[in-house]
Amino acid sequence: MSERRELKLIGEMVPLGSRVLDLGCGNGELLQWLQQQRGCSGYGIEIDDTQVHACMQRGVNVIQRNLEEGLALFDDRSFDVVLQLQTLQHLRNTSNMLRETARVGRIGIVSFPNFAHWPNRLRVAGGRMPVTKALPYEWHDTPNIRVGTYADFEVLARKSGLQVVDSFGIQDGRVVRRWPNLRASVAVFKFERQ
Amino acid sequence: MAEHGPVIAQQMFFSEPLPLRSGAVLADYTLVYETHGTLNADKSNAVLVCHALNASHHVAGVDERGQTGWWDNLIGPGKPLDTGRFFVIGVNNPGSCFGSTGPMSINPAHADSGRVYGADFPVVTVEDWVDAQLRLIDRLGITQLAAVMGGSLGGMQALAWTLRHPARLRHCIAVATAPNLSAQNIAFNEVARRAIITDPDFHGGHFYEHGVLPKRGLRVARMIGHITYLSDDAMEQKFGRELRSAELGYSTQEIEFQIESYLRHQGDKFSEYFDANTYLLITRALDYFDPALAFGGNLAQAFAAARAQNFLIVSFTTDWRFSPARSREIVKALVDNRIAVSYAEIAAPHGHDAFLLDDARYHNVMRATFERIHNDVRTT
Repeated sequence: MSERRELKLIGEMVPLGSRVLDLGCGNGELLQWLQQQRGCSGYGIEIDDTQVHACMQRGVNVIQRNLEEGLALFDDRSFDVVLQLQTLQHLRNTSNMLRETARVGRIGIVSFPNFAHWPNRLRVAGGRMPVTKALPYEWHDTPNIRVGTYADFEVLARKSGLQVVDSFGIQDGRVVRRWPNLRASVAVFKFERQ
Repeated sequence: MAEHGPVIAQQMFFSEPLPLRSGAVLADYTLVYETHGTLNADKSNAVLVCHALNASHHVAGVDERGQTGWWDNLIGPGKPLDTGRFFVIGVNNPGSCFGSTGPMSINPAHADSGRVYGADFPVVTVEDWVDAQLRLIDRLGITQLAAVMGGSLGGMQALAWTLRHPARLRHCIAVATAPNLSAQNIAFNEVARRAIITDPDFHGGHFYEHGVLPKRGLRVARMIGHITYLSDDAMEQKFGRELRSAELGYSTQEIEFQIESYLRHQGDKFSEYFDANTYLLITRALDYFDPALAFGGNLAQAFAAARAQNFLIVSFTTDWRFSPARSREIVKALVDNRIAVSYAEIAAPHGHDAFLLDDARYHNVMRATFERIHNDVRTT
């Protein structure tokens, strides 16, 4: 399960005992792992009823909220780590969300599908939109309203006043540090507020 | 329905005076309560259920009069609050009119004449109720409740438990509630109170000795209350502009629209069983509840006292009387204190009344939470 390995790879970036806010926490799997394996505490934010229920079944604290409405519930720097994994591509106000992430957390960690992964480039060069494991939807029914690349994010981070402290790609559950924009289907960025 | 036989209400008498927030004292009092399920050996599986404005200790099952408890869809064998696992306590608050000491009880100051309290029943607050409930919990030998749960005004009591007696509960479940009433909410309460007080049969609250009941006032109070419990959409869906008869009657006083008929029916029913002084007392308790007041309006500071390990806050999107925004204020105060909280905002169409209905998403959340509480109780 490369998704599981991906979660664990990112989970291991979270310092032991951190207070964590997981934006778009899904079924709460990562938060549960962080609680049990790394002594973390905190909350998940999730909009979907089924996922909220799944979190509660796992014993993960979850707050049902639409991320588009911002993070007014949370004070500045109230978390050690704010996670935003595979969430960014669903949000309208990307830049604002990143700034909010940096505001409430000392560290932000973001992951998203890298559109510049080489099979995607080939597919587009062949005239069609890519349908892959990282981007599994047809162009007409995708819930992803933003597609960007590893390199694009570096630009946005700079514009949003974020200091990237680490970044890499993930491909098949493994870290890719050499040419990640070309070789990885998933981009991961760890950043602080400048 | 799997309970054996009717649910029997019990009584507990407390001879020790109860000091009230107002400075007054309730000389002695009786609480009526009912229980479901079995208290386990270490007395760790008790859940207290607090009632709202017009409800009572009768939370589940069918009582001797054949009436089903007001939260029966949630509480019972195999239900989200499973009485096969938990010992559930429903208690009627002092000042109410379902058997616990209230305005219809004999005033000990006039014990010789047998005169009832009437309007002389002291003003009680949410905090006073919680203190009265605590004594029942003490008497039942329960050191720590697994949970306190309530909706609306009952939710305020559940919150107040975590602020006043934080060591005495592990979980707090507050549904469709608010950290205090808005001006609009107080306004609705005041209209209801004026309807009662200005009824010529009210006699300053001492109507019992006149052998009358201020039913007209109670009816109007209930009608206005009922409007606020439903969403605009729910009312539109249920009644719309439907007429009672096929033709317009061109009457200003007779019922024309079905909604009028419905409200009058609700008012009539209510005025038959509810006490007017109780209505005044309970709406005042709602108005006064404001835990942030002692902290200059800072709710986060108020909740610093809350040590309950886990909170569940639930709101309903169409509830305009206790809107989701008010529940989020509670969530924020808890988050500011790094207290464990989950929050569900249920997209239900019914308005405030949704907390009494059995929406699947809502009940799933409740079931998952009680599953967690059950595991928590077992592992300690």
